[in-house]
Amino acid sequence: MTTTSLRSESAARLDAGVGRRNRGIGRTLSMLGLIVLSVIYLTPFVWMVSTSLKTAVQAVAAPPVLIPNPIIWVNYPDAFLRMNYPRALLNTLVYAVPCVIGTLLSCSLVAYGFAIIKWPGRNLVFVLVLATMMLPGQVTLIPLYVIFAKLGWTNSYLPLILPCFFSSYVGSWSGAFFIFLLRQFFLGIPRDLVDAARVDGASELRILFQIVMPLSMPAMITVCLLTFIDKWNDFYNPLIYIQDQTLFPLARAAQVFQASHKLDWAQSMSAAVLVSLPLVILYFFAQRKFIEGITLTGQKG
Amino acid sequence: MSAADASMPPGRPRRWVWRPRRLTREEWRNLRIGLAFISPWLIGFLGFTLYPMLASLYYSFTDFKILDTPRWVGLANYVQMFKDPLFWKSLTNTLYLTVVGTPLAVVVALGIALLLNTKGIRGIGVFRTIFFLPVIFPVVAASILWLWLLNPPYGLVNQLLGMVGIHGPGWFYDAGWAKNGIILMTVWAAGDVVIIYLGALQGVPRSLYEAAEIDGAGPWVRFWNVTVPMISPAILFNLITQGIAAFQSFTQAYVVSAGTSNSGSAAAIGGTQNSLLFYGLNLYNNAFRYFHMGYASALAWFLLILVLIATFGLFRISRGRVYYEGEE
Repeated sequence: MTTTSLRSESAARLDAGVGRRNRGIGRTLSMLGLIVLSVIYLTPFVWMVSTSLKTAVQAVAAPPVLIPNPIIWVNYPDAFLRMNYPRALLNTLVYAVPCVIGTLLSCSLVAYGFAIIKWPGRNLVFVLVLATMMLPGQVTLIPLYVIFAKLGWTNSYLPLILPCFFSSYVGSWSGAFFIFLLRQFFLGIPRDLVDAARVDGASELRILFQIVMPLSMPAMITVCLLTFIDKWNDFYNPLIYIQDQTLFPLARAAQVFQASHKLDWAQSMSAAVLVSLPLVILYFFAQRKFIEGITLTGQKG
Repeated sequence: MSAADASMPPGRPRRWVWRPRRLTREEWRNLRIGLAFISPWLIGFLGFTLYPMLASLYYSFTDFKILDTPRWVGLANYVQMFKDPLFWKSLTNTLYLTVVGTPLAVVVALGIALLLNTKGIRGIGVFRTIFFLPVIFPVVAASILWLWLLNPPYGLVNQLLGMVGIHGPGWFYDAGWAKNGIILMTVWAAGDVVIIYLGALQGVPRSLYEAAEIDGAGPWVRFWNVTVPMISPAILFNLITQGIAAFQSFTQAYVVSAGTSNSGSAAAIGGTQNSLLFYGLNLYNNAFRYFHMGYASALAWFLLILVLIATFGLFRISRGRVYYEGEE
């Protein structure tokens, strides 16, 4: 696609000078654009916190007030108690933590089977794993609900946790995606290490737990984080399986709270802050891991 | 699959005919161990994917009210589907979201990624953190937040519009504008798309830009003839994943519907005049509000077929337009 430049050297040097000056202007404009966009992207968060500290009357004031006066701290304990936050948090953790463990364990085993052990037909089966990523969750939803309802498992988190242990939960991410992610990482582990351990008589399971998994910490952490936020944010599955209000996870509890306090925006915003705060804190501590995980997503494209 | 070719014994021509070959003792052993390791997935695939898929296909041909046994009704559910005005409403709503919202989000995200990729920009980590924050932010909290921001008289957006003399729309209270509110949320939360583009952009060799610059190509020409072809796999990937997500969108519309309706929570959800009745909401209403499991299964299978057609369609259209490295 490149054609040889026939222009004289001096013309090229002149062009380079213009290019450098343009780049300077370009950089300033880009910076300006990014700052404006950042302000736009952050405004909703600022407004959420600002509203959450206002009186119900000041929240709907026109023109809008940025700094609340007086500051109503009590909105937070109010919302905290009214949405039964401790119970909802416990429910969320009861759902998310076993899912993280199950996903990590089962997907590591499966990824090892695809990355380290060479068996006839494994590439074919792996294509099948990738193909399941395209399935919309709704196609499997109804029969699973029927089964779990017959088992009497509705109003419990068992129907939502069990699939995690078989690397087949479907959400923003899926078991299949995590298998893919871990397999990519395992493939990068030096074969010599694995072979040497085999010669020493280590079993495959031992190689997985004592060599491959410790060497794959970055990928494991990414899997844990992505599963955890996915479960923390999951609204759809608990909506279907959990009817008992005391068993609602945070996401559902916040929605119900808002729907029953439609006019009290200050309180609704307090609830929104409370539901998202633990995740936002986690994000600020581990954002590099989140972003690495997402970058990996793109590589399957 | 190049890996599959590599594992074939050399010298044997590849055939499409299934030719069982005697496995060596070593291969048998590896097969057993390999299957043992993938057994969690195998069991999960059979129990949580394959069986439910086939069962829902069967249910889609039955009248099934969850408590009693399914009764075979042939194609009745599919016939009813095509006669159901709510089905068409949900389909057009979803198509609007997919056809208008997805390209918009994908283009805005590309714009942000290009700005971030400017040579010599400072604070890229800070900006990346900011644009990614809405992605990890709980969807429910984001929906409540935007419900407030887009509140017609009191929300910040319309108040700011009012200050510059624009009378803002009714957003979620106006059937004609509700979906645009959802699209706005989608664009705001497309930081993962930005990150994927950024990864792709950083992989474009500088030498290509330099070569184009020496040839006298301006920024516009460089963008269309170097950047776009080089990141085309990422563009295709983002279009497909964002498109599939738009097709299945549920939570935002659910929270917004419940937060704007005046009736009790027992009413079916779908927003003002069903303007937010997306495909997933219609399916949910039928399955879990009316317990029409047979009809809802037909809806689910139709969704699967739509997603498959759309994905293969995109792959087809993109063939020859997407550049994969290592391909001549």
